[in-house]
Amino acid sequence: MSTTATAKKKNSSRPTSQEIWELRLYVAGQTLKSVTALANLKKICEQHITAKYSIEVIDLLKNPALAKGDHIFATPTLVRKLPVPIRKILGDLSNTERVLVGLDLRPKGDPFA
Amino acid sequence: MMNTRNGKAKVIQRLEKISSGISGLDEITEGGLPKGRPSLVCGNAGCGKTLMAMEFLVRGAMEHNDPGVFMAFEENEEELTRNVASLGFDLKALSAQKKIFLDYVRIERSEIEETGEYDLEGLFVRLNHAIDSIGAKRVVLDTIEGLFAALPNEAILRSELRRLFRWLKDKGVTVIITAERGDGTLTRHGLEEYVADCVILLDHRVNEQLSTRRLRVVKYRGSVHGTNEYPFLISKDGFSVLPVTSMGLDHPASSERISSGVERLDTMLGGKGYYRGSSILVSGTAGTGKTSISSAFVDAACRRGEHALYFAFEESENQIMRNMNSIGLNLEPWVKKGLLRFHACRPSLYGLEMHLLTIYDAVKKFKPQVVIMDPVTNLISVGTEIEVRSMLTRLIDFFKTEQVTAMFPSLVTTESSSESEVAIASLMDVSILLRNIESGGERNRGLYILKSRGMEHSNQIREVLLSHHGIGLVDVYAGPTTVLTGSARLEQVGREKAEVAGRKAQMDRRQREIERERSVTDAQIAVLRAGLDAKIEELNQEITEETLLEQVNAKSRFNMAANRQADAEPRAQKHRSEQHAVCAK
Repeated sequence: MSTTATAKKKNSSRPTSQEIWELRLYVAGQTLKSVTALANLKKICEQHITAKYSIEVIDLLKNPALAKGDHIFATPTLVRKLPVPIRKILGDLSNTERVLVGLDLRPKGDPFA
Repeated sequence: MMNTRNGKAKVIQRLEKISSGISGLDEITEGGLPKGRPSLVCGNAGCGKTLMAMEFLVRGAMEHNDPGVFMAFEENEEELTRNVASLGFDLKALSAQKKIFLDYVRIERSEIEETGEYDLEGLFVRLNHAIDSIGAKRVVLDTIEGLFAALPNEAILRSELRRLFRWLKDKGVTVIITAERGDGTLTRHGLEEYVADCVILLDHRVNEQLSTRRLRVVKYRGSVHGTNEYPFLISKDGFSVLPVTSMGLDHPASSERISSGVERLDTMLGGKGYYRGSSILVSGTAGTGKTSISSAFVDAACRRGEHALYFAFEESENQIMRNMNSIGLNLEPWVKKGLLRFHACRPSLYGLEMHLLTIYDAVKKFKPQVVIMDPVTNLISVGTEIEVRSMLTRLIDFFKTEQVTAMFPSLVTTESSSESEVAIASLMDVSILLRNIESGGERNRGLYILKSRGMEHSNQIREVLLSHHGIGLVDVYAGPTTVLTGSARLEQVGREKAEVAGRKAQMDRRQREIERERSVTDAQIAVLRAGLDAKIEELNQEITEETLLEQVNAKSRFNMAANRQADAEPRAQKHRSEQHAVCAK
């Protein structure tokens, strides 16, 4: 896995918002959890984020100094830098429902979607 | 990366220890914390865990050249730096010199969402990065329990903590982990389960409105350690523990004698004064001159070029100096020269243990030869009798070990000695009693030596005279019926003088009278003798005349006989008259 994998995607179906999403995924080495987390993240982004978004993957084993900036203590941790406020999501993102709650992405008007 | 210059050669079987940097703790633990292992410091909020941990790091960095990492979960770098600045630790400078690495791990519960499997590898990475970047030997995790509040998944947390401590041990760093004390358990979340090599418990309790901090080594695997509760102090110079109760009765005894500063008192004490390193109790009611005696002692010590430390629990430094000026003791030059230092505080300022520690600290730093505790009885108000006695015992033990001659002015309320007085007196080597002697409408100060171990001493009461020339001791008037002091003594002495003078005058007069009588007698004798002489003279005259007459008569008779042609009879007549003349003479 590359240290920084940037995946930019345009969501073609519903370009409703001008805002840009900036997501960072902190991992420690290429473990099962890291791989699962990245795969889950990509899936969720494709399905749920309507705006432009960027995903940056930071491997702390290679850049340990970066952990301090976002107060990372657990891995994997997904940090939503933008839009504010900053949110942190711990774990391999396997619980999609909780990820959506964490990212504040629950579809409006349809709580059970 | 790692410098091994601090590695000490030790017996292989023994656990290697690392100096905690905290004065007193190394003595209790016989060398410090277990090297390369985690130690747990637990206690309630505000008992000084963070400070202790911080001092461990800072002292290590400054004194043992061991760089250290401080990972904080509660306070950020800014706050920590400010907090320990009060102890004189400059974390900014130490961080710049790469001796200390501060890392604040902010965990905000509200920002966190758990979504599946995770571990604390992030923390490991950070810690590893911090340790490697400065080559740290010491690590503090303050307070890692913060994680329990932030992370709902305790199972993950526990297994990760276990892994963390294992990892730290493998890393070979000496770690202090702080933890809040739980209800009935050492720590709130049972951390002692993971960190079992050394557990230190800090306690902060308030007794009769006075707080005392205490430390106890609950557990120390593979090492002997003091098991008592030891009081500790957080002062402006940091954390210090006093392992006082471990002291034994094996202090040295000097035979050197030092002057008390009062000449006459030295004479009373076998002519040489106190033994060095002895403890002297000077007890007396208010205003009997305890402080004066103490100050004279201090003055004498400073004159010898020794250092003196004066703990004043009643008066301020300036007040004592001003007052002592009035009896001709100028202490100011000694203070300026740095030979004399005052330490004035109210006894109720803090508890006995704190006092003990303060004294201990001050003595350790200033290294005086003479210490005054004025008055020691004010400390009694701070604690119970047993506490006071135990505190004083430890204090005296400490002074003796340091070969400090200590004087304890003690205020007694009545002339008869009180309970606490008795308790103190038995600990002392010398006991000087000052008394008010009230008689004839005035009050005078009397002094006597109640006891003085190991030397002959006067059993006499002396009167203390305080004047601007200093302290003088004079003999009291000890007559057949009473002891007189002050003006009564002067009066008595005067009266005696007058009596003596009177008697002397009388004798002189009688002597003169006799002399006169003698001369009269002599005159009379002369007159009588003169009379007698005159009579003898007269008699002799008569005899002579008689002889002449007889001679004339004899001649005439002879002539007549010749005329009448008589016989030889006149020869016998002549012979008789010669005999008469000899008798008259």
